[in-house]
Amino acid sequence: MDISINLPGLHLKNPIIPASGCFGFGREYAEYFDLSLLGGIAIKSATLNERYGNEGIRIAECPSGMLNSIGLQNKGVKAIIENELPFLKNYDTEIIANVAGASEEEYLAVIEALNDEDVIKAFELNISCPNVKHGGLALGTTASLAYAVTEKAKKISKKPVYVKLSPNVTDIVEIALACEKAQADGLVLINTLLGMRINLRTGKPLLGNITGGLSGPCIKPIALRMVYQVAQRVNIPIIGVGGIESAEDVLEFLNAGASAVEVGAANFRDPLICPKIIADLPKVLEKYGYKSLNEAIGRSFK
Amino acid sequence: MLENGKIIQNNNIAEDIYELKLETDLAYKAKAGQFINIEIPGFFLRRPLSIAMIDGPILTIIYKVVGQGTAALKDIKAGTLSLLGPLGNGFPLLDEARVLIIGGGIGLPPLYELARQYLKKGSEVTVVAGFQTSSQLILEDEFKALGVKLYIATDDGSYGYHGNVLALIDHYKISDDFVLACGPLPMLRAIDKRYERGYYSLEQRMACGVGACMGCVCKGKDGKAYRVCKDGPVFPLGKVEL
Repeated sequence: MDISINLPGLHLKNPIIPASGCFGFGREYAEYFDLSLLGGIAIKSATLNERYGNEGIRIAECPSGMLNSIGLQNKGVKAIIENELPFLKNYDTEIIANVAGASEEEYLAVIEALNDEDVIKAFELNISCPNVKHGGLALGTTASLAYAVTEKAKKISKKPVYVKLSPNVTDIVEIALACEKAQADGLVLINTLLGMRINLRTGKPLLGNITGGLSGPCIKPIALRMVYQVAQRVNIPIIGVGGIESAEDVLEFLNAGASAVEVGAANFRDPLICPKIIADLPKVLEKYGYKSLNEAIGRSFK
Repeated sequence: MLENGKIIQNNNIAEDIYELKLETDLAYKAKAGQFINIEIPGFFLRRPLSIAMIDGPILTIIYKVVGQGTAALKDIKAGTLSLLGPLGNGFPLLDEARVLIIGGGIGLPPLYELARQYLKKGSEVTVVAGFQTSSQLILEDEFKALGVKLYIATDDGSYGYHGNVLALIDHYKISDDFVLACGPLPMLRAIDKRYERGYYSLEQRMACGVGACMGCVCKGKDGKAYRVCKDGPVFPLGKVEL
């Protein structure tokens, strides 16, 4: 079965994309499988300048998932262009650049720096990282701010712009509609949920940054619900993310209204999870009576 | 490599400490100081555990029960476990006539294979092992059987020298200056301060174990970020902020 799908700027040979922050720039996973098998790769967030990220403990496990508080560690957009993009040119897969920043200006500067890099097929505006003090989550939880940064990004961007939304909001539909109104080409739902754990030996927060982003299978029902709610209200494609570990999970997201998916924390447990899901997906679609990928998209409300 | 290893044994060898023997092809690729990331059924993240011994197709892992994951692992007595590895850089095998191996508690196991490798190279190996108390003593017979010079210290004096490993080194006037170490951070800090030549292995919470997620980074003295899983876990003395 053909499981390819075309989205703005992205000709995905299959709908499986490792999620930003969970796959680096592909180098480490290229030791395990051919990255050309992937529909696309959402590369690690780029900021204008190098960021060390957060101090102290950055990882905590929890039932059916994990918390991270990496804090957008990256070497800055120039170093990424010099050191990482040439490597990615070796592969036949669609590269999505995740763009982050501490201010609206920084997002725009990163987009400008990447605008003429042919290997980048689309931008993913990360207005939803819970682990940075400025920008990130603040922009993604207020509809007017999400609108403003998306509109400005669209004005200067030479590539399609997808906006990655935060689930840490009262009404995700309101934010999604604001991004659509600002001419976003697509939406990515969802980033991590804000959470924390306590170290019983000290009685203090376990993570160095106190709070972290919750990911893994425990957030899948929330992500599905948000995709389902948003998909019925917008006319732009949705890339679903949240706890995906199997082709069945992918089908749930397609049924909820996603056109493609990103796989995040599952890569940590099984570096081969993406090629496994890609191999399984046609069989699972067939099992549930679908003749194409498109038939499955939005089935839950159509 | 990702493969299922067969559990040969998983026995209690000291207070809260277990010896897990796995039959796996990963063993043929493993080096002293590397680790494997073990999936424990029911837990989302793998557990990075250092390799204590490499014998043909058998990897020996010596681990301490410190949380729910390792508590569950100790009860898995047969069957297979999903293994990812060998991971990390391992200790270098350099041409050193004399090496001083310093291990603290559950940091000692990876140094056992390392001692074997240095003995094989013809180095004279001295091992200083520190424990909190005698009930946590491990690998004494094994190190003795290798024929290394072995010194043991306990914090409470319940076995061997009463005090920490550096006090023991002073007491016995051990003057070797090339050190290979693994153990708790205060011990590594003290070693880093006293010695100029050598390597230590770090421990850190990890998610991916392969260098992608940036969950386990430590800060270098040059201000750069180093991934314990990929750039380490073994670093030269003086390389990172401890």
